[in-house]
Amino acid sequence: MTDMNPDKARRSASLHRPDARTRRRNAAEKRFRACGLAAILLGLFFLLVLVATILRNGAPAFTRTVLEIELTLSPAQVDAAEAEVFKTRAYAQLFIAALQDQLETRGLDVAFDAGALERIVGQPGGTIRAHFQANPGQIGEPVVFELAASSRVDGYFNGRVSRATLQDSRFLQASDLDLVDALADAGILRRAFNLTFLTGADSGVDNPGGAGIGAALVGSVYMMFVVLALALPIGIAASIHLEEFAPKNRVTDLIEVTISNLAAVPSIVFGILGLAVFIQVLHLPQSAPLVGGLVLTLMTLPTIIISTRAALKAVPPSVRDAALGVGASQMQAVFHHVLPLAMPGILTGTIIGLAQALGETAPLLLIGMVGFVARGYPEGVVAGFTEPNSAMPAQIYTWAARADAGFYDKAWGGIIVLLVFLLTMNLIAILLRRRFERRW
Amino acid sequence: MFDAPHPTLATPTTPPTRTDPKIAACNVDVHYGTTHALRDVSVEIEDRTVTAFIGPSGCGKSTFLRCLNRMNDTIDSARVTGVILLDGEDIHDRRVDPVQLRARVGMVFQKPNPFPKSIYDNIAYGPRIHGLARSKADLDGIVERALRRGAIWEEVKDRLQASGTGLSGGQQQRLCIARAIATEPEVLLMDEPCSALDPIATAQVEELIDELRASYSVVIVTHSMQQAARVSQKTAFFHMGRLVEYDATSKIFTNPEDARTESYITGRIG
Repeated sequence: MTDMNPDKARRSASLHRPDARTRRRNAAEKRFRACGLAAILLGLFFLLVLVATILRNGAPAFTRTVLEIELTLSPAQVDAAEAEVFKTRAYAQLFIAALQDQLETRGLDVAFDAGALERIVGQPGGTIRAHFQANPGQIGEPVVFELAASSRVDGYFNGRVSRATLQDSRFLQASDLDLVDALADAGILRRAFNLTFLTGADSGVDNPGGAGIGAALVGSVYMMFVVLALALPIGIAASIHLEEFAPKNRVTDLIEVTISNLAAVPSIVFGILGLAVFIQVLHLPQSAPLVGGLVLTLMTLPTIIISTRAALKAVPPSVRDAALGVGASQMQAVFHHVLPLAMPGILTGTIIGLAQALGETAPLLLIGMVGFVARGYPEGVVAGFTEPNSAMPAQIYTWAARADAGFYDKAWGGIIVLLVFLLTMNLIAILLRRRFERRW
Repeated sequence: MFDAPHPTLATPTTPPTRTDPKIAACNVDVHYGTTHALRDVSVEIEDRTVTAFIGPSGCGKSTFLRCLNRMNDTIDSARVTGVILLDGEDIHDRRVDPVQLRARVGMVFQKPNPFPKSIYDNIAYGPRIHGLARSKADLDGIVERALRRGAIWEEVKDRLQASGTGLSGGQQQRLCIARAIATEPEVLLMDEPCSALDPIATAQVEELIDELRASYSVVIVTHSMQQAARVSQKTAFFHMGRLVEYDATSKIFTNPEDARTESYITGRIG
């Protein structure tokens, strides 16, 4: 040992002048904090961009272009139309006449032919006839019709379609847009809230205007019910058994490793398992939310079990000791004391699992919950867990894959609905957490 | 000076009497995995007496205490052999439910561990699960009695619905003691109940232990020899997993027979 006195070396430095070592340490800390802040800001920036893009692109899905027209048909006109061979065409002609009438009263003189009008609002004859057949009392009275415009017109209003892009389209021609402009100026064509999008089912590939996410939303809700009703009790029961009761030996070690591995298995593998077991062996109905929910339950279970075990582990052992010390049985100790304390953690894990399940598309492809057009909606779909349905992410996937650009808006709009659903679920979980949260 | 008549092991044919030991342990060995934590301990603990276990850290005194109400059952790697009799009945008998045993042999832990519930619920929990109260008023009475005997009633009587974890360390420990006696145990095991407390709280707990002696058999593990001398009538000295000496406290502290005991209490080892 040298005779250097560490006390003396220390005392020689002034507290007002940080030594080199301290300066280096402080600089390193500053750098690290700056990096952390930068990472958070970068993340926030991307989140902002994402949300803004989704809102901007998705908003048009919630409105649609409608052609609003007041129509008064006399009983004689109805009788005459009903006497025709092509009844809907007769109604369409009445509609065209009324439209021309209205344009003239507003002093707009635009020439248009039936073809152009058909490209703008389709064939409204059927809709009008159906309305008067259902409400014969309204014959002779003024009735306001809101007729959905075609997706190209919709796109024109969104800025997705312009005269330049319409040159050789058979769905809408550039010359038709003069009529569209005139109708818009007259207030006959306007944007209106699209309730169909929220309540309706998917439509055919050539009718993006009629497509709705409602049926898929119902499907997703049903699946979440199945997942929650199965995965939560099974997951918690399994975790409690593994964590509190099972002896620590090779078998439980093996089970633990298996659960961890299952959490990392690609979801499509669970899909094919569901197809093989639930549909091919157990003969459960195809495309049904019940089967989808079962598959997603299998997928969610490992997540819930792992997080529940972590939450149970985090409860201080002194709480268990205290309960056992006053003569509680192990089950009483777990259910009266440990589980309530672990509940916030369990809820977090459950909500992560449910969110994963909600956003899952791949396994649903294999059990036929995708590419589904509802017939007999809403009764058929809303009826139950075993009726064919789709799920929101699968529906969005289908729309995104369709050729018609009108579905593009729908896909973005669907994502907004999906996110709102997810946030609602999270909010409920956070509120529940608040109730359970206790300190120890 | 305290001079108990020499206790004799109860046999099933003779019913337990005042002089019979409350707990009789015979050749108890404990292994944690491959560690031999307790070697061949035989001891007889009397009723209505405070018995202190002293010894250096890791000498097995807490391990032995946890054997007495089978808390070691909750540790997977622990293996207990030997015979422990409570009122002449083997507590390791297949017919014994550890839950029933722990209702009769209460325990207070080293770190105050109130449930994260209200003060009232902390005390009421044991009586509730054992069905000791027939009505709400009955339960209220049990809670008040337990808190009074735990010498904490005056401090908490106005805030029974406040959280038990919001009390100070000393209050929490007295709450835990009150919780343990609310279930009317016959034996109270205390594992270093004062190690987390300041001297004033310690004095309160010690006073409490002395009062409890009137109705219970109290076994206390302590690191403080002064505490053992103050509160106990009998003292057992553990060293390296063995019971070195067990006798009246006054004898242990004034005239120990074993050289190791003498070294320990005079501060030469430990």
